[in-house]
Amino acid sequence: MSTLDSLALTRIPAEDEALRAEVRAFLQEAIADLPAHIRARSWGGYSSALSRRLGDKGWIGITLPRAYGGGGRSAFTRYVLVEEYLACGAPVGSHWIADRQSAPLILKYGTEAQKQFYIPRVCKGEAFFCIGMSEPNAGSDLASVKTRAVPNAQGFVLNGQKIWTTNAHHCQYMIALVRTSGTSEDRHQGLSQVIVDLSLPGVTVRPIEDLSGDSHFCEVFFDNVQLGPDALIGAEGQGWEQVTAELAFERSGPERLFSSIVLFDQWLGYVRTPQGRTDSAVRLAGKVLTQLAPLRAMSVSVQEKLTQGASPIVEAALVKELGTTLEQMIPAAIAEDLFAREAEDVPVELLMTLKYVTEASPSFSLRGGTRDILRGMIARGLGLR
Amino acid sequence: MNDNDLFADAAHDVLADRCTPAVVRAIECGGRAADAARGLWEQLESTGLADALLGEDEGGAGLELDQAFGVLEQCGAHALPLPLAETMVARALLAQAGLVRPQGSIALARGQRGAGGGLHCALVRGGQVADTVLVQAGGAWHLLPVDGAHAHAHALALDAALTWSAAQCDAASTVAVDAALDVRTLQAAVVAAQMAGALSSVFQRTLRYANERQQFGRPIGKFQAVQHQLAVMSEHVFAARMAAQLGCSGGGVGIQPDRLRVATAKARCSEAALAVSEAAHAIHGAIGFTEEHDLQLFTRRLHAWRQTAGSEGYWHTVAGEALLQHSGITLDLVRRITDVEFPA
Repeated sequence: MSTLDSLALTRIPAEDEALRAEVRAFLQEAIADLPAHIRARSWGGYSSALSRRLGDKGWIGITLPRAYGGGGRSAFTRYVLVEEYLACGAPVGSHWIADRQSAPLILKYGTEAQKQFYIPRVCKGEAFFCIGMSEPNAGSDLASVKTRAVPNAQGFVLNGQKIWTTNAHHCQYMIALVRTSGTSEDRHQGLSQVIVDLSLPGVTVRPIEDLSGDSHFCEVFFDNVQLGPDALIGAEGQGWEQVTAELAFERSGPERLFSSIVLFDQWLGYVRTPQGRTDSAVRLAGKVLTQLAPLRAMSVSVQEKLTQGASPIVEAALVKELGTTLEQMIPAAIAEDLFAREAEDVPVELLMTLKYVTEASPSFSLRGGTRDILRGMIARGLGLR
Repeated sequence: MNDNDLFADAAHDVLADRCTPAVVRAIECGGRAADAARGLWEQLESTGLADALLGEDEGGAGLELDQAFGVLEQCGAHALPLPLAETMVARALLAQAGLVRPQGSIALARGQRGAGGGLHCALVRGGQVADTVLVQAGGAWHLLPVDGAHAHAHALALDAALTWSAAQCDAASTVAVDAALDVRTLQAAVVAAQMAGALSSVFQRTLRYANERQQFGRPIGKFQAVQHQLAVMSEHVFAARMAAQLGCSGGGVGIQPDRLRVATAKARCSEAALAVSEAAHAIHGAIGFTEEHDLQLFTRRLHAWRQTAGSEGYWHTVAGEALLQHSGITLDLVRRITDVEFPA
């Protein structure tokens, strides 16, 4: 079990921890007026104003090189930032994807011109990105994408459709996985990533309202969109490898453990009151704490591996699977606790937060790879397929 | 972890060689009188592992509890039916108290002094195989020989209920132990580490079986339903091991574990014990349910260890009380559990 034995206890370095107090103090002032049921949206919440302020503080792109406007700090510094955003419930959704995935992707695969154009804008909180991976009928089967960018004299002509694109209606840019050669039968061959300016003629973005009334997801249509020759990011035909590497970063972070933490802390506030406290609530509090702590230790350990340049794909999948299971258990167990009581004095704000997280929770094990896909990846890592 | 690989490797080597399934069965049948028990204990003594937590000037290796994690884990990984792990911590406590250490193995237990001065332990885990018991009764700790105690069988073959008379108690050593130490916390830390090892063994055996066992013309591990069961098992094994490491980490001086980290360790390992045993037996099918198959040596132990030193519900309450008394956000208590100080 080499994979399992290799996860040792590790700790975030002190120089990265040093940022925590400043971030928390800033957030406590910046989002003081946001009620819990809004803060519960966290990395799904949207505030371009807050993103600009965080950009001014130098907290977006904190791991990116200073030469491109980044902070030049370690991945652990970003880990501390993200934990604070999630634990406080800061609406950081507008710059989330650009900070976590798009700018690092451009740094890794982009041309010098692309780096100089996009990365400083991301770091200032001015350029937001979305990810165009899924398509109708593709779902988790990304290799079957049909959206096609055909080379022409001016660059590429883009036709097709993306779906489940988070926050596309608030973003200036999309990095899309598209077919640049071959057919959808070629699977992993012939795929490339292109940067699409969403203001170009022929792009239509249509928000999809979700079951809780929010519109995080969008459908995006491309009708003969003319892209420049510099739209291609990385090498033509290497899209699959690029996307796979990108997803490892997406899967093991604190956002896979703490999506329900605002609700949990809100509930604890009630259980700490004399009328809120019951024996079963104390047990539930302990159950969550004793599951969360080892998960956080695992997540930090995976981060350490990523920092050292390893590609812990199976470990990341394990952390996400366990983490999202806990994230989904929390609203279910809190509802069970609160409505097993006779009391009618549960604060309405707590119930509104519970309602939101309950309704949002199915997405926790869908976004970033569904539960079954992840179990399949773990099984592959175990040598079963 | 890297510092103690030598000790874990030594434990692995001697246990893989000497603590075979046949030996485990012989000791389960014969208790401490069995030749197998005497022979195995002599082998373990000769490795020096039982003294590893003692200072070097006392003939030990000067390990802290976290550095012994790998050894404790190996005890579980080989279904060791003798209390080596418990003996390690008991000897360290005796050395700290300045007492001469008795020959043989030492079990840990909670007891109650009777009105007449006697002492009763309703449940001594390993009481059928240990030579001595370190008992916490009220605020005092006593070291009592199993020979001469009044013994009753218990639900599990290796366990016993033990009673000592007032005269036997008077003749026994009283051990000066830090008042903040609770035997259940100490035992839970040690048991959780052994559970991590047993969970890993069960998982490895099940994975191997799934790759070997053919049904419908292919290994059952090729079926997606079985693959997903194994993936979920691996998640539990992975998380439990991390929790068990936390349980042995960063306590106070000597071998005093951190109670909240132990709560995390024991609760998480106990949850995993149930889930992993269930899946392992499901995947093994009927053969894994038989006495002759070795799977039961581990899954029976996992259930017994889940029932030792507090089930998950007991430790959930301990952890929940700590969280409710904590005045900040949950993240800060999670950090307090996970941000272990490492020796330079």
